[in-house]
Amino acid sequence: MEDLIYLKNVVTLKLDQEKCVGCGMCLVVCPHAVLAMNDGHAQIEKKDACMECGACAQNCPTEAITVQAGVGCAAAVINSALGRQGNCCC
Amino acid sequence: MRMFHGTGGFQERNIMKKSSKKPLESVVFPMVALPPGEENGMRPADLHQPFIIGLLKTAIGEIPRVSSALSGRDRWGAIKARWDVGRMHYTVDPGLYALGTPDENSPVLVSANYKMSFDRLRRALPGRDAWILVLNTGGINVWCAAGKGTFGTQELVRRMEFCNLSKVLNHRRLILPQLSAPGVASHKVKKFSGFEVVYGPIRAEDLPSFLDSGMKATPAMRIKTFPFRERLVLVPVELVEAMKIYLLILPVLLFLGGLGGPGGFWYNVVHAGFFAAVAVLSAIVAGAVLTPILLPWLPGRAFALKGTWMGGLTAASLVAFLLPGSHTTGGLMELVGWCLLAPAVAAYLGMNFTGASTYTSLSGVKKEMRWAVPMEIGAAVIGLGLWITSRFVA
Repeated sequence: MEDLIYLKNVVTLKLDQEKCVGCGMCLVVCPHAVLAMNDGHAQIEKKDACMECGACAQNCPTEAITVQAGVGCAAAVINSALGRQGNCCC
Repeated sequence: MRMFHGTGGFQERNIMKKSSKKPLESVVFPMVALPPGEENGMRPADLHQPFIIGLLKTAIGEIPRVSSALSGRDRWGAIKARWDVGRMHYTVDPGLYALGTPDENSPVLVSANYKMSFDRLRRALPGRDAWILVLNTGGINVWCAAGKGTFGTQELVRRMEFCNLSKVLNHRRLILPQLSAPGVASHKVKKFSGFEVVYGPIRAEDLPSFLDSGMKATPAMRIKTFPFRERLVLVPVELVEAMKIYLLILPVLLFLGGLGGPGGFWYNVVHAGFFAAVAVLSAIVAGAVLTPILLPWLPGRAFALKGTWMGGLTAASLVAFLLPGSHTTGGLMELVGWCLLAPAVAAYLGMNFTGASTYTSLSGVKKEMRWAVPMEIGAAVIGLGLWITSRFVA
């Protein structure tokens, strides 16, 4: 099944190829196959498919990946804007 | 709520123990509060939980055994949780469990203490022997808990140590669900505990073939899709949550319907009030049921836009009822009012489904909300104003 894609050109995912050691952990943990391996280094292949879950950055041993990780949940955004407890529906 | 931030959890604590005379509680793991229900310290899992089928004698004591076969009670619990009944308290005790008769070579599978997560894991492994390590995620599923950081490096390392996991094993490997990766830093787990983290497949059903192929996941096992069935099972919670608000505003709708109008108050409640109640209910169904189900086929990427299409469909069917009376000013105002109200409600509920979906980014949701929320509020306020006014205009 074709992976669903959300809004274009909004994602905060960044990869510093200088720091990348090519371990491939980011490819393993990404649930949307955003990253690919090229010539011994990871590279961002499908940026708009990224949901900013933060799995790649969390598991990068050299901190080559940065992303403003968060849960894409409107209820959570509303709750935090209203200063309420409780993140999301889950 | 990311943990550690480059400081060393267990190492840090050990250093503190030796060098600091300050009360330990205030310096140990300052980043994250202790898990819910365990503020006074970790407890072993209760051996009398209804799904436990026996005890396994091991070097570290008796470990509760579970089966891969779910009971009627387990299945009924899952149905209730899907309908939002007790969903936030549907838990198992954190700790170590034995699936089948595991030994020191058996794999260790890590899960969350949301009972549906735990049950889906064991159900996927008929005829297998494995250790199941349940983390305290406060009763939240793996992916959401990882996003919050409660399914995280710190909880994993602490739970392993508390359960004496290493003493029942002659290997040092853990299999984690791939979707726990937002909370767990595998290289830090290795550093703090010596255990290697292997990320298993996203879906528990893929675990048998993952295990049989020497822990190799196919590319398809690593992709989180959002097929029809998965969207469908999420609909009841969306509907129940919306209906809770609906039941609160229902008396208001009926009361407003009773104002003005051609007949007496109660006559109007039965006619205009009832119509308004049905109209809002239709908009809720459009936003909370039809939008999730038809998600991939609705035009546009923003969820509020997808909801707007379904709300438009609701408005179109309401227009069919209202068109005969729209030759008067009041009738026309009522018609336009519902053409704004129904899409506003459906767009809001569609937007809310971003939280349940499996592919929306926070940056995207914030961008969408910057235009969607003002439009939803604007359309709802103007629509409501027009409808109320129409009750007093001939």
